[in-house]
Amino acid sequence: MEFKDYYKILAVERTASEGEIKRSYRKLARKYHPDVSKEPDAAERMQEVNEAYEVLKDPEKRAAYDRLGSGFQAGQEFHPPPGWDAGFEFRGAPFGEALGADFSEFFATLFGGGGTTRHASAFRARGEDHHAKVLIDLEDAFRSASRTVTLRTPELDQQGRLATHERTLQVKIPKGVREGQLIRLAGQGSPGPGGSPAGDLYLEIHFKPHPLYRVDGRDLYLTLPLTPWEAALGARVKAPTPSGGVEVKVPPGSQGGRKLRLKGRGIPGAPPGDLYLVLEVVLPAADSERAKQLYQTLARELAFNPRRTLGV
Amino acid sequence: MEEDIVTGILISEEGALSLDEMIHACGAEAQWIVELVEVGILVPKGVEVAAWRFGAADLIRARRLARLQRDFGAGTEAAAVILDLLDEIERLRAQLRRAGMQIG
Repeated sequence: MEFKDYYKILAVERTASEGEIKRSYRKLARKYHPDVSKEPDAAERMQEVNEAYEVLKDPEKRAAYDRLGSGFQAGQEFHPPPGWDAGFEFRGAPFGEALGADFSEFFATLFGGGGTTRHASAFRARGEDHHAKVLIDLEDAFRSASRTVTLRTPELDQQGRLATHERTLQVKIPKGVREGQLIRLAGQGSPGPGGSPAGDLYLEIHFKPHPLYRVDGRDLYLTLPLTPWEAALGARVKAPTPSGGVEVKVPPGSQGGRKLRLKGRGIPGAPPGDLYLVLEVVLPAADSERAKQLYQTLARELAFNPRRTLGV
Repeated sequence: MEEDIVTGILISEEGALSLDEMIHACGAEAQWIVELVEVGILVPKGVEVAAWRFGAADLIRARRLARLQRDFGAGTEAAAVILDLLDEIERLRAQLRRAGMQIG
């Protein structure tokens, strides 16, 4: 497995004090916390940072980790020497798995095994629940679909040591599903201790960004470009919808920013959402002599000052 | 090889999870959830504890709060303020998106 250089991950020297480690952790948490971070790989980095802090903040774990020696490079192939953790007893569990904590094979091998690994302040009558996000296409909400979800779950093997176990599930995505809803899959969480029932898996629904439509609850928004004459004179134009193209009547005297509501053309449901067409007036470029002439004719013959209210 | 398709239960904004189910789903203690309800961070349907029903938004919110408390050492009140601010940011982003701007 891959060696993890926790000092490098937390950007501290091997001789760093507890205070320095904590400060560095806090700085990195602010940078990579998924709820506030703009970094593209925030979630992975946060897990790495949390794992490194979990080890280096605990004097015992840190001492054991230091014992492995400083000769390894991050990413290098590594196996713990036998008896490396002799004399150490790792109390407490890694951060509750139900919080979505994921940890590397490196951490699981070194710190995940033996003794109690679950803070069982209350007896757990069944396995822990798991959480995952599932990204679906907007179209999946219009007709039921099935999505593949890949899960990395920590499980106890026969020796009672933690290993990360990867599995895939094909999940039915029901029609009319919305962003932020959860699909609860009974029994797909952690296996229960001692044969008790497995926990559940909660899948959080998120839509992939769509090239055309913006999603807001059950409603959809689509920018509909119009020519100046279509907006000014009114027109019948074609517009796409997730449930097929439609012809729309643009009222005369329309301006950019106006919204036309297509009732019931949003995400299916009871009631279904609406599709709003946000009108956008697009000017043809004055890139030919003819085009320039036509614009100049308009300018001459249509008295129009859009800046008259500015007092200039 | 055809994999079996698993079907779950859709949990929406309407209440669906009991306190026990919430506790289990969050990996938390009963007292923690009860406190969040008492200070109004979670708003389940139902008056008595046994009748509480939490929706998807409650579960997502509770777990987010726990992460903020864990990762930033934030107290409950501070974490709740952060949550509210994050919600407001998301609302504003949604408004901009509706107006046609490309917002991540």
